[in-house]
Amino acid sequence: MTDYETVIGLETHIQLNTTTKIFCSCKADSWEQPPNTNICPVCSGLPGVLPVLNEAAVHKGALLAAAMHSEIRLTSHFDRKNYFYPDLPKGYQISQYDMALGNGGYMDLPMPDGSVRRVHIEKLHLEEDAGKTKYEDGRRFVDFNRCGVPLVEMVTGPDLRSADEAAQYLIRLRQLLRWLGVSEADMEKGHLRCDANVSIRPVGYTGLNPKSEIKNVNSIEAVRAAINKEVERQIELVESGGSVESWTLDWDDAQQRLTKMRSKETIADYRYFREPDLLPLELSEDWRDGVLAELPELPLERRARFKRDYELPEYDADILTGDRPLSDYYESAVEAYGGDPKIVSNWIMNEILRMLNELGVSADKLVLLPEHLAEVIKMVDKGTINNATGKSVLAKVQESGKAPGDIVAEEGLAQVSDDSALQAAIDKVLAASPEELASYRGGKEGLFGWFMGQVMRETKGKADPGVTRELLGKALKGE
Amino acid sequence: MSLMDKTARNVAEKVRRGELSAVTVLEDAFERISAVDGRPGALDYGEISDEDKSKVHAFITLTKDRAYQQAQDVDRSVSEGEDPGPLAGVPITVKDIFCIKGTPSTAASRILANFVAPYTATPVERLEAAGAITLGKVNLDEFTYGSSSESSAFQPATRNPWHTDYVPGGSSGGSAAAVAAGEGLLSIGTDTGGSIRQPAAFCGVVGLKPTYGRVSRYGLIAFGSSLDCPGPVARNVGDAALMLSVMAGEDRRDSTAATLPVPDYLSSLDKDVRGLRIGISPDYMRIPYPDLQTGEVVVADLPKEIRDAILNAAQALADQGAEIVENVPMPNMSYGIPTYFVISRVEAASNLHRFDGVKYGYRTQSEFSDLREMYRKTRAEGFGLQPKLRILMGMYVSAAQYSEQYYQRALKVRSKIRSDFEAAFDPQGAYRLDALLTPTTPTTAFKLGDVYGDTVLMQYADQLTVPANHAGIPAISIPGGISSEGLPIGIQFQAPDYREDTLFQVGNAFEQATDDADWRKIKPQVMKFVE
Ligand SMILES: [Zn+2]
Repeated sequence: MTDYETVIGLETHIQLNTTTKIFCSCKADSWEQPPNTNICPVCSGLPGVLPVLNEAAVHKGALLAAAMHSEIRLTSHFDRKNYFYPDLPKGYQISQYDMALGNGGYMDLPMPDGSVRRVHIEKLHLEEDAGKTKYEDGRRFVDFNRCGVPLVEMVTGPDLRSADEAAQYLIRLRQLLRWLGVSEADMEKGHLRCDANVSIRPVGYTGLNPKSEIKNVNSIEAVRAAINKEVERQIELVESGGSVESWTLDWDDAQQRLTKMRSKETIADYRYFREPDLLPLELSEDWRDGVLAELPELPLERRARFKRDYELPEYDADILTGDRPLSDYYESAVEAYGGDPKIVSNWIMNEILRMLNELGVSADKLVLLPEHLAEVIKMVDKGTINNATGKSVLAKVQESGKAPGDIVAEEGLAQVSDDSALQAAIDKVLAASPEELASYRGGKEGLFGWFMGQVMRETKGKADPGVTRELLGKALKGE
Repeated sequence: MSLMDKTARNVAEKVRRGELSAVTVLEDAFERISAVDGRPGALDYGEISDEDKSKVHAFITLTKDRAYQQAQDVDRSVSEGEDPGPLAGVPITVKDIFCIKGTPSTAASRILANFVAPYTATPVERLEAAGAITLGKVNLDEFTYGSSSESSAFQPATRNPWHTDYVPGGSSGGSAAAVAAGEGLLSIGTDTGGSIRQPAAFCGVVGLKPTYGRVSRYGLIAFGSSLDCPGPVARNVGDAALMLSVMAGEDRRDSTAATLPVPDYLSSLDKDVRGLRIGISPDYMRIPYPDLQTGEVVVADLPKEIRDAILNAAQALADQGAEIVENVPMPNMSYGIPTYFVISRVEAASNLHRFDGVKYGYRTQSEFSDLREMYRKTRAEGFGLQPKLRILMGMYVSAAQYSEQYYQRALKVRSKIRSDFEAAFDPQGAYRLDALLTPTTPTTAFKLGDVYGDTVLMQYADQLTVPANHAGIPAISIPGGISSEGLPIGIQFQAPDYREDTLFQVGNAFEQATDDADWRKIKPQVMKFVE
C-alpha cells in the first residue's frame, strides 16, 4: 500500500469583538437576542442606505494582521461579492478581494516533536457577516441580527499535514485572538468558524490533488474528527481505484458523519467589483506604526522566552502562556519573588490554576495579587509558615483582600519550630498513645506518619515538618 | 400672479418676514397642481385619454396632509419669532427615488410600489429642516434608468409642459416638468449620466449636477453608486444656488460625501464674469452615434439651433467681459457613453440584487416551489424592461471572464475622460478654463414613443452630459433659447471639482444678460390651464 500524506488548508472566519457592527451602529453582539431585534436600515439592506466603516474593526483587523506577520496595506479596498441568498439582505457581501487589509503572513506552529511548522496565510481581509437561515416545519426563517458583524476571513496555505496539526493551528489561533483581545474566539458561539480543505497525495509527490471542503466544523474536536474521517474516505477511494472529486461536505457532529452538500465542478462567479459606497481604506504610516507598537509579545514568543529565561520545562511554559493574564501574573510573581522561577511556576500550576478554575475568572481578576503570592512563597521559604499553611493563606487573601503577612500575624499561623515547644507536643502525643508507641518500637515503623499527623494536629498544623521529623524520630527511638 | 410664478428666494424671504403665510403659498401650489397635472401615475392606469395627453402628470404621490402640517409649522415658527430657515414655505417636489419616512418610496417600479421608507434621505431632510414644504413624490424613469421618464411603472408618464406630446426628458422628468409648470418652485433630482441636466434642458429649467460627493447620497435608492449625484432643479440660477447651499455638506451616514465646507453660493451671484475664461469645445458640437441600420459609428453635427444657442451664450458672456477660449479639445468625450454603459450597469445590477422579494417590496403572487423560483418570478414580474436590460448587461460585463475587457477597461477610460477636464481646467495648462460651455443635449425634447424601447439610441441623449459624471465634476444646465418648434434649448457649463460657485456666477450672468430676450417671454403650453 502507498503511503499517503494529508494536505490541509483552513479557512477561518473570526468575529471581531467590536462594540458595534462594521458598517452601522447596531451592537455587534446579539447572542441569544430574539431574531431581527438588533437590526437597522443599513444592516438589513433597505433601499438607499450606505455603509460607514467602523474604525475599531479596522484597528482590530490590523492588529491581527500584524500578529500574523502579514503586511498591513496602507491602501486597501472593499469589494462587493455578489450572490443571492435570503440571509444576505443586500444581495452582496461587502468584503475585500484583491487589495485586502493584510498581505501574506504566517504562523510558526510548534509541533509536539519540537519542530516548527510554518503555516502561510494566503488571505486576510475584513468583511461583514451575513444573517442566519433556519428551517422549521418546512419553512425558511431568516434572522438578520448577525448581518454586518465584523469578520476577518483568514485562509491558510495547504501547509498542514494532519488532523492534529489542523487542530493545533486552531488552538494556537484561538489563543492568539484572545491574547490580542480582538475576538472572544468562542467556537461554540461562532466567533471562530472553520472550513477545512482536505486532500491526500502519495508521500513524495509535491503537487496538489482535488480537495474536498468540509463545512460546519464548529469545535476543535470536530475539526480533528472530520478531517480524519475524510482522509480515511479519500484513501479508501483511491486505493480502490477511484479518484477524489472536489466536493463540499457537511460535518454532522452528532452523527460524527460527513455528508455531501454539492459538487464543486464550477466555481461560483461572485462578480467582484470595488464597493463604490466606501472610499478606499487609507491608513497613514503613523497609524500603522501605532498598531505595530501596540502589538504585545505573542504567546508563542513568550512561551519560548519562558523556557529560555526562566528555564521552565515545556509543559510549564505552555500552560503559563495559555492566556495573557495568566502569563502576566506569572511574570509579576517571579519578579516580586526574586527566587527560582520554577518554584513560582509550581505554586501557580497547583494553587492558582485551581483557584482560577473554581472561581471561573482570569488571573487579572484575582484579589490575590502576584505580590501576595510571592510574599507567601517567601514566608514558606523562610520557614515562617509551612506549605500547607501557605496554601490556606492564599485562599484567605483571595477572600479578604488582606496582605498575607497580616493574616499570618492576626491568626497566629506562624510555624512552631522552637524545639522545646515541639518537644512538649511530641511528649504529649507519645504519652497519650502508649499502644501505638509499643507497636512502633516493636517494628511497625510505618506508624511514623501517623505520629507526624498527631503532632501536626497538636500544633494546629503550625509545626515545622523538618524539625518535627527529626525530634519525633529521636523520641520514638527513646533517645 | 400666482405665487408659483415667483422665485423661491422671493417667496422664502416674504414668508420669513411674516409677509406671506406658508399655508397660502401651499394653496397656490396645490391650485397649480390641480390645474395642470392631471391624475398622478399609478400601476393600474387603464386607458390614456386625450385629457391625460394634455396634462403634465409629474406626481406619483401627493403628500398633502404632511405638506399642510409642515406649512403650519413654518408659520408658527415665524409667528413665534424663530428662524424658519432659508427655504421657509418654499414648496418643493422630490423625485421618487429618495426615501421619505412614512411615505411611499417607489423608484417608479412595481417592485417597490408598496415600500414605505422608515427613514428620510439626508438631502430631503436638510431641505425640510430649512423650511421647505414637500408637496409629494414625482415621477421618473423606473429606478432612474432612462432619459424620457416613459419607463415608469406608474403611468401616465410625465409629459413636457412646453408641449405635452413631447417627453420631459429623464430620468428626473417629473422634477423638471413640475418646476417648469410651476407645480412647486424647486425639486430635488438625481443625475447619474445627465438625469437632472437633460430634463432641465428639455423643460426649460435650471438643473445642477453637483460635484460627486458634494451632496450626500444617503436615502437615494442607488443606480450607479459611483456616478449618482443628488442635485437641485429650479427655475433660475439663484434658486438653484440657494437650494444647493441647503442640501450640500458632509454626512456621517455617507462616507463618500465630501467633508469640505459649503461655501456661500448666493454670494457668487453678485460677482460678474470679467476675466473668467470660458471654453468652447468642437468635440461637444458634434456627436458620434451608432447608425441604426449598419451599427457603424457615424459623426453628425448638432442641429444649428443648438450650436447657435452656444455661440449666442458665448457672445453674451464675452459682452460681459468673459474671455472665450475656442477649440478646447476633449478627445475622450466620445467614449463617455460606451464607458457609462459598462460602469453604470455593473453597479446597477448589483444595486438591484436586494430587491428579491424576501424582505420588503413586491413578492410574486403566484405559486413557487423553491427559493430560485420565488426569486425568478418576483424579479420577472416586479421589474420593468429597463431594469432587466441593465441587470442582463451588468451581469454580463462583470462576469469573471469578461470583467477585464469591459469593466476594468471602462474604469481606465473613465480616468482618461477625467484627464480631458483636468487639462482644460489646469491653471498652469494651455487653456486655464474656469468653465466649459457646451450644449446640454444633442437635440431638443423628442416625442413620446419616438426613441423609447431603443436603449442605445436613448442613451445617446446623455452624450454631452455623461462626461461630467465620469469625471465627478459639477455641471449645470440652464435655459439658453427656444427652438423653432417652441421647445427649450439647454446650455451647459462645467467647472472643476467643487466649483459650483463658478457655475452659479456664470449662469447668473447669462440670465441677467438675456433677461429681456424674446425667447424668455414664451411660456409652457400647459400654462393655458392657468388663467
Ligand atoms: Zn445595523
